Amino acid sequence: MDILAIWLGKLTLLALRAVGRRGTALPGLVVEKVFPKFLARRLATLPLGVVVVTGTNGKTTTTKMVATVLAQRHRVLTNDTGGNFVRGVLTAVVQQSSWLGRTPADVAVLELDEAHAVRFCQVHQPERLLLLNVLRDQLDRFGEIDTTAQLLAKVAARTTRHVVVNRDDPRLVAVAAGLAAEVSYFGVAPALREQFPTDEEMYGGDVRFSELKASVELLALELGETTELTLRIGDTEEAITLQAEGAHNAQNAAGAAALALTLDLDAATIADGLRAVQPAFGRGQSFDLDGRRVVLQLVKNPAGFRQSLRTVTGLRPAATVIAINDDYADGRDMSWLWDVEFASVLAGASGRLVTSGTRAADMALRLHYDGLVVEKVDTDLGRAVQQAAAAVAPGETVVVFSTYTAMWQLHQVLAKLTGVAVG
Amino acid sequence: MTVLTLAHLYPREMNIYGDTGNVLVLRKRLQWRGRDAKVVGVHVGDPLPPDTDILLGGGGQDAAQGEIGRDFVSRGAELRAMADDGVVMLTICGSYQLLGHHFLTKDGRRIDGVGVLDVITTGSDHRLIGNNHIDTDWGRLVGFENHSGLTELGPGAQPLGRTVAGRGNNGQDQTEGAVRDNVFGTYLHGPVLAKSPRFADELLSRALARRGEDPELEPLDDSLALAAADVAIRRPR
Repeated sequence: MDILAIWLGKLTLLALRAVGRRGTALPGLVVEKVFPKFLARRLATLPLGVVVVTGTNGKTTTTKMVATVLAQRHRVLTNDTGGNFVRGVLTAVVQQSSWLGRTPADVAVLELDEAHAVRFCQVHQPERLLLLNVLRDQLDRFGEIDTTAQLLAKVAARTTRHVVVNRDDPRLVAVAAGLAAEVSYFGVAPALREQFPTDEEMYGGDVRFSELKASVELLALELGETTELTLRIGDTEEAITLQAEGAHNAQNAAGAAALALTLDLDAATIADGLRAVQPAFGRGQSFDLDGRRVVLQLVKNPAGFRQSLRTVTGLRPAATVIAINDDYADGRDMSWLWDVEFASVLAGASGRLVTSGTRAADMALRLHYDGLVVEKVDTDLGRAVQQAAAAVAPGETVVVFSTYTAMWQLHQVLAKLTGVAVG
Repeated sequence: MTVLTLAHLYPREMNIYGDTGNVLVLRKRLQWRGRDAKVVGVHVGDPLPPDTDILLGGGGQDAAQGEIGRDFVSRGAELRAMADDGVVMLTICGSYQLLGHHFLTKDGRRIDGVGVLDVITTGSDHRLIGNNHIDTDWGRLVGFENHSGLTELGPGAQPLGRTVAGRGNNGQDQTEGAVRDNVFGTYLHGPVLAKSPRFADELLSRALARRGEDPELEPLDDSLALAAADVAIRRPR
């Protein structure tokens, strides 16, 4: 019967492709309706079970890190298409199964957003869980940060074997207390701790140093043209150059390594895997547009925006475009733009400043109050990026910070302009 | 040069929806006119600056409001005296609720406020969340609401404005926020002053007038703020 579910899903995917649609959710939805128990049955057959990666920021890249690292030893099933809902998982299972009905995988590494992770637990209790952080994000959807932390606590309580927790996030450390599953931690060394401020610390709260022993610790970090770091993985120190750039990804790498340790991979293998990880969709991907390098940075919330902004220092752009949409997936509330301080990073370092997206004017207003001069406000994403690139010399870099739905639109525009299939 | 003192209540805890932006907006609008502001963060236990011209408070996590609430209430007499003395106050969401008589939680607990504003708030099960704009005597105010407390006005407070598309104080009577003398409370985040420049200047003018200075403010180029407001009021809730 499961072969029918897979065929149904695959045919739905083919139909979507035929009309030029992406379809990360619909095949899952169709299969879910007709074969409601299919996903649970299929996941139960995985010998090493399911790893869930969740938290506010870094889910996609970290999932990619865990999957890449584990893939050196195991067959990995993962939802790397951006569908971080239960239906997205189902679509991924269908995609990665054969027409003969087999799912050739030992372990699933799944990115799930906080609310859907709870729902997912009703389908399958994850064997392993990686908790990255709880930050301000889409409060118009979840209401409060404490509410989000409660969602993660539910997922942690239902995890059967091992929960890996960021020791530098006090809300997550509280979640880890009293769990049935084994708990281990990852973290950044005290000397680096101030480079990773929590939302509270941004507003003058004391920087808290955790005393918990981390199985993986970020010992050193250098951000320039490339991201160089040293991780202590168990008892071994490994120097790593990340292709997925930025301080936040160095922290994510520590989390991914700690999770890989729970599946008994050794430090050298883990480090090799991390070195091979390519940037995920819109997380530092770059495109050649008429000889200009266009670098895309997805921004979703204040903490992520602050971290992404720091990449400007290494990239030295001749122009910076900030594209803000306010569709449901982006968050309707623009308040978050005021939780990011722009002047200290962008002043003198951004090049020509352009804002775009539905809320281009809101973004320009925010920058205006930070004393930055916006040269152009253009709600049309394609035009804004094209003109920004045309206005700088060949060989120069244009950085585009963009919210989620704006990123999808930009990908389509860039695919058309550069002739490169992306995303 | 005129320097106004802006007292910012609980900047560490009551900052959750970008309300700190209100402090920035007021300070910049003074600086752009060759004046300035001294911003004093007031934490739990800190004294309020005696020369406060404008008191600003934002929204916070529900859980943080216990300790904050106790500290706030301990300042009740002082805050009431300041309000009577014409100190300008802009309080958002949680701070607005605490400025009222009390907050009645869902499970029937009564959390005292300071009674500066004649309002009471009752907890509810669902949050009123979405874009909102209101018409006031100081133009259109544009922001974003996100609260579960429902607020009712008594005879001693006037509504700050009327909401057409949003839910406002309680989702029932179309009122939004409350005013009494120079004291303002509202559920509008955004931060509200960013896209409501006329209202921002009204607060500054009142503070200047209270100090016996010329309340007239040179006009600024607010085209970005007005453009952003025009977009916001057309967006889905």
